[in-house]
Amino acid sequence: MILLRSVLEQGMIYAIMALGVYITYKILDFPDLTVDGSFPLGAALTALMIRGGVNPLLTMPACFLVGGVAGMLTGLIHVKLKVRDLLSGIIMMTALYTVNLQIAGRANLPFYDNNTVFDNAFVSSIFTGVLYPYRTLVISFLLMLVVKCLLDGYLSTKSGFLLRAVGDNDSIVTSLGLDKGTVKIIGLSIANALVALSGCIFAQQQHFFDISMGTGTVVIGLASVIIGTGLFAKVTLFRITTSVVIGAVLYKACVAIAISYVEPVNLKLITAALFLLILVLGMERKKKVKQSA
Amino acid sequence: MLEVRHLDKYYNPGTISELCLFSDFNLIVEDGEFLCVVGSNGSGKTSLLNLIGGNLSLDGGGIFFHGEDITKQKDFLRHRRIGRVYQNPGAGTCPGMSILENMSLADNKGKHYGLGRGINKQRIPYYKELLSGLNLGLQDKLDGKVSSLSGGQRQVLALLMATMNPIEFLILDEHTAALDPKTAELVMELTQKIVNEKQVTTIMVTHNLRYAVDYGSRLIMMHQGNIILDKGKKEKAGLKVEDILGTFNEISIECGN
Repeated sequence: MILLRSVLEQGMIYAIMALGVYITYKILDFPDLTVDGSFPLGAALTALMIRGGVNPLLTMPACFLVGGVAGMLTGLIHVKLKVRDLLSGIIMMTALYTVNLQIAGRANLPFYDNNTVFDNAFVSSIFTGVLYPYRTLVISFLLMLVVKCLLDGYLSTKSGFLLRAVGDNDSIVTSLGLDKGTVKIIGLSIANALVALSGCIFAQQQHFFDISMGTGTVVIGLASVIIGTGLFAKVTLFRITTSVVIGAVLYKACVAIAISYVEPVNLKLITAALFLLILVLGMERKKKVKQSA
Repeated sequence: MLEVRHLDKYYNPGTISELCLFSDFNLIVEDGEFLCVVGSNGSGKTSLLNLIGGNLSLDGGGIFFHGEDITKQKDFLRHRRIGRVYQNPGAGTCPGMSILENMSLADNKGKHYGLGRGINKQRIPYYKELLSGLNLGLQDKLDGKVSSLSGGQRQVLALLMATMNPIEFLILDEHTAALDPKTAELVMELTQKIVNEKQVTTIMVTHNLRYAVDYGSRLIMMHQGNIILDKGKKEKAGLKVEDILGTFNEISIECGN
């Protein structure tokens, strides 16, 4: 039961990150590695702010903005300096490593005694007795829901339409008399803003920042997106963003099951193998679609 | 009025495979003209359209819209005044979005793409009216994805989307070449209808000599970066396919096809 709760909690928090990866990978068709840096960027800024006595609620818009700037820089490198998509992300990811260390001041920054969005007087007054252990799950679910609904709303605006169009067929954006580069930069900004927000919430749940907590973020994000969109490709019952959220929870569950059977040192190897499996299964599906079309 | 003045264009400049496509090429398209461009493979028809649209950069000379020098203007800025339909039916539409979403996207051209609702419900009857004029039944499939449409249906939609807003120039880049004869006929009739209604200056590149003769108010034939035949309004009126077939065969045989 505790395992299930922990899977759901982490699934909800990582789902926000996966929604960001969904924007870059699925909508923009841009394999963005910046996320490995922008996830801990959110965590580092959160640790610094909370230790400095800032209201935990304020860390979220702050991380959203800073993550957006990181994504914007990746976009500018790609669009204005014409660096390939993958390399633009690698450059930003590498640069952010130092930025994160500079923000936090050191590689590990705990804040066990400080209030967070999950642990404060208000939350304690609502979640009393048997409900108390479920506070993190409920709050992370609500946060994820707000982000998902806002993203759904954005994707149905005119600006959101353009974002979808640029990934679908970027020549149409040029035909509309607009700069497709700008649209890509906006998409990357929103994506990394969500990833940094996810890092912010994750740090508050864990009560610490660690420089290594971003390693493999892109793998988790991609796996979640591919599981979600692959499994529910034919289901029109709910929106694609919902599929991504479910994908994030399922992926976290897979990893949790995997580590309960193997030594922790093998974790990354298992993660890689799992990701490969998901990718291959996902491609198989794609091929079949192409043949029948 | 669209002017191409003293255009030079080289491919692979400075290398052993350097190819001079245009050298001191000139073309003036008057307002309201419907220009058909035919020519052999590699004669520079599509390159000319790409140079006008800004997808290719030129090595000399200039391009002018109504006297305004747009030679250095970015492609997307030029397209604010141009509507364009490509040979590939997939290039003018977004396959992953619905017909309604595609039309809403095109309908907003020239306006701000902000945080307002992507679909303006009040415009839906107008879209339906546009689509029902085509007799393809598309008006009942507004929520269907464009990827589920046939090539011809997509091309018709692309043509509608390119001409929904006021534009100064319409550029048609072999827009019937990938379609079956019947659909091509339909797309050409629709093209004629739209050009007549909007009185928009049009340049159409085609491989189909019959279309070039039947449609439009002026016909030019290109070969190796030069205009070798130019039939204006009066001459074109009585023109038959046989009249230009000879010249066309000559240049085609020279090219070895």
